[in-house]
Amino acid sequence: MFTRVKKFFDSELSMNDLFGSFQSNFLAYLFILPQLVVIGIFFIYPTIKSFRMSMFRSVPFRGLVNFVGLKNFIDIFQSPAYLQSIVVTLIFGLLVTVLGVGVSLVIAKMLDVVVRGVGFYQAAVIWPYAISPTIAGIIWGFLFHPSHGSISYFLPFELNWLTNGEEALVLVILAATWRQLGYNIAFYIAGLKAIPTSFQEAAVVDGANGWQRFWRITFPMLSPITFFLVTMNLIYAFFRTFGLIHALTQGGPAGYTNLMIYKVYTDGFTDLRLGYSAAQSVILLLFVAGITMFQFKFAERRVAYQ
Amino acid sequence: MITMVKKIRDKVDFRILIHILLILTIFVLSFPLIYTFIVSTQSLSAAVAIPPNLKVGGGIIENYATAWGRANMGRVLLNSGIMSLSVTVGKITVAAMTAFAIVFFDPPGGRFIFFITLLTLMLPIPVRLLPTHEVVSSFGWIDTYFALTLPYFVSATATFLLRQFFKTVPQDLVDAARVDGASPTRFFFRVLIPLSRTNIAALFVILFIWTWNQYLWPLVVTNSETMRVMQLGISFLIPKGGTGMPPWNIIMAAVVIAVLPPLLVLMIMQREFVKGLIEPEK
Repeated sequence: MFTRVKKFFDSELSMNDLFGSFQSNFLAYLFILPQLVVIGIFFIYPTIKSFRMSMFRSVPFRGLVNFVGLKNFIDIFQSPAYLQSIVVTLIFGLLVTVLGVGVSLVIAKMLDVVVRGVGFYQAAVIWPYAISPTIAGIIWGFLFHPSHGSISYFLPFELNWLTNGEEALVLVILAATWRQLGYNIAFYIAGLKAIPTSFQEAAVVDGANGWQRFWRITFPMLSPITFFLVTMNLIYAFFRTFGLIHALTQGGPAGYTNLMIYKVYTDGFTDLRLGYSAAQSVILLLFVAGITMFQFKFAERRVAYQ
Repeated sequence: MITMVKKIRDKVDFRILIHILLILTIFVLSFPLIYTFIVSTQSLSAAVAIPPNLKVGGGIIENYATAWGRANMGRVLLNSGIMSLSVTVGKITVAAMTAFAIVFFDPPGGRFIFFITLLTLMLPIPVRLLPTHEVVSSFGWIDTYFALTLPYFVSATATFLLRQFFKTVPQDLVDAARVDGASPTRFFFRVLIPLSRTNIAALFVILFIWTWNQYLWPLVVTNSETMRVMQLGISFLIPKGGTGMPPWNIIMAAVVIAVLPPLLVLMIMQREFVKGLIEPEK
């Protein structure tokens, strides 16, 4: 084996002589190795460690040594702050997803109808996607600032999201949705382009109006993309909006924007409650596992459609 | 004939309506960004004036210079650039190699490896935040580029998309390459990679923007100012708490600088981005 490896590195030409065809398992594993190493060290091992840590509690100066079993989980579910965090996260995730996917479909459909200037329109609706959740938070925080925000000036009512939790939650939902629209629209544009025109033409011949054509043909044909986007938006809302919260509300006021991903960080890195934070990581894992199962289940159904 | 004319007329009206709606949509979606740029050119008093002032100011050079210095932009751009390019190229390379091996060699355990890769979708950073931080710090990687790049070198999306694409490559092409005496690596670099360039371009856009916008992981693995990435640099410009007025004009100038690199990538590769998103027909 080792002489083969040595020969392999000595001359690149010899590879074909050595392995003859594409049937070599050795070469295959060599190609797969980097991915396996990264997954093992930075994904699998830390996840197992997370489970372990979630059953310990830290002792000052000695680290995470005190085994407490499921006590961390019991504490979590008895903590009003954590229960509030779950509720807020669910509201946030659902609204960001429904708003984001729905609005994007409407915009993409409008783009699909126009012929002239489509390149410009497309670029102009996609560009907010380049902005990070952090920067979206900063920009929206400024636009809607209660005392000197330019949009709050034009609003017919007085904004006070610095102290009003519900307003703060609405603000982070809008900022997060806005930032993700470009991504959703791009996928819908690609999906609409992939629908064969013959389907539409046949429906026109059959006398279907635009509205019927949309709901009977376009929408069902787009359903794989819609499901994909629902999954991606849920994952985005649950796991990629840390910067938005950190820059805009820091979880406040009164915990109204304290998303689970934000709490896992503050409990672990600010308050140094390591076991408690690890237990929250495990709960987040269950969340994402649920979303992924949903996606896989759908992926199977999609094969059945074809 | 008359109905036809009527149909066409209806259609024209409808199109104009759509154009108007689209322009309105674009205005609403782009307003925050356009306004950000306007504020970045104003003096602070103009930026926070009530009623709002929508005129471009004359402070453009001054504000950008101040933002550049205050956020240590030279260093921060370099750090984010190194991180984003390495991670994007690393993710795509590692994923392409894996997809190549799984599809064309079909080794024992290939399906299992693919399954493990998809499993990483379930393990975003928050789910393994503390222990991954521990691993990286036990390697002595805190405040290094290793910490900012290597833990990211796997992409389920890229592996999945490239595997789907590789499966559509006709067997004839593989056989032809084999008859011509091309080695597997030659086939990989000379045939497969050029064939999948649209998909790779789409992945490049998504992954570059995603990496450029990373926040939580850089926050926990870097402490020193010399290792700070763009997103952190920007957020440090905003005073947390306190009653002083944040220097909005300077912050917005920094925001414009921070948004430019991913925006350029998106605009230059927009066509490939949209085209390469949809998986090829199976």
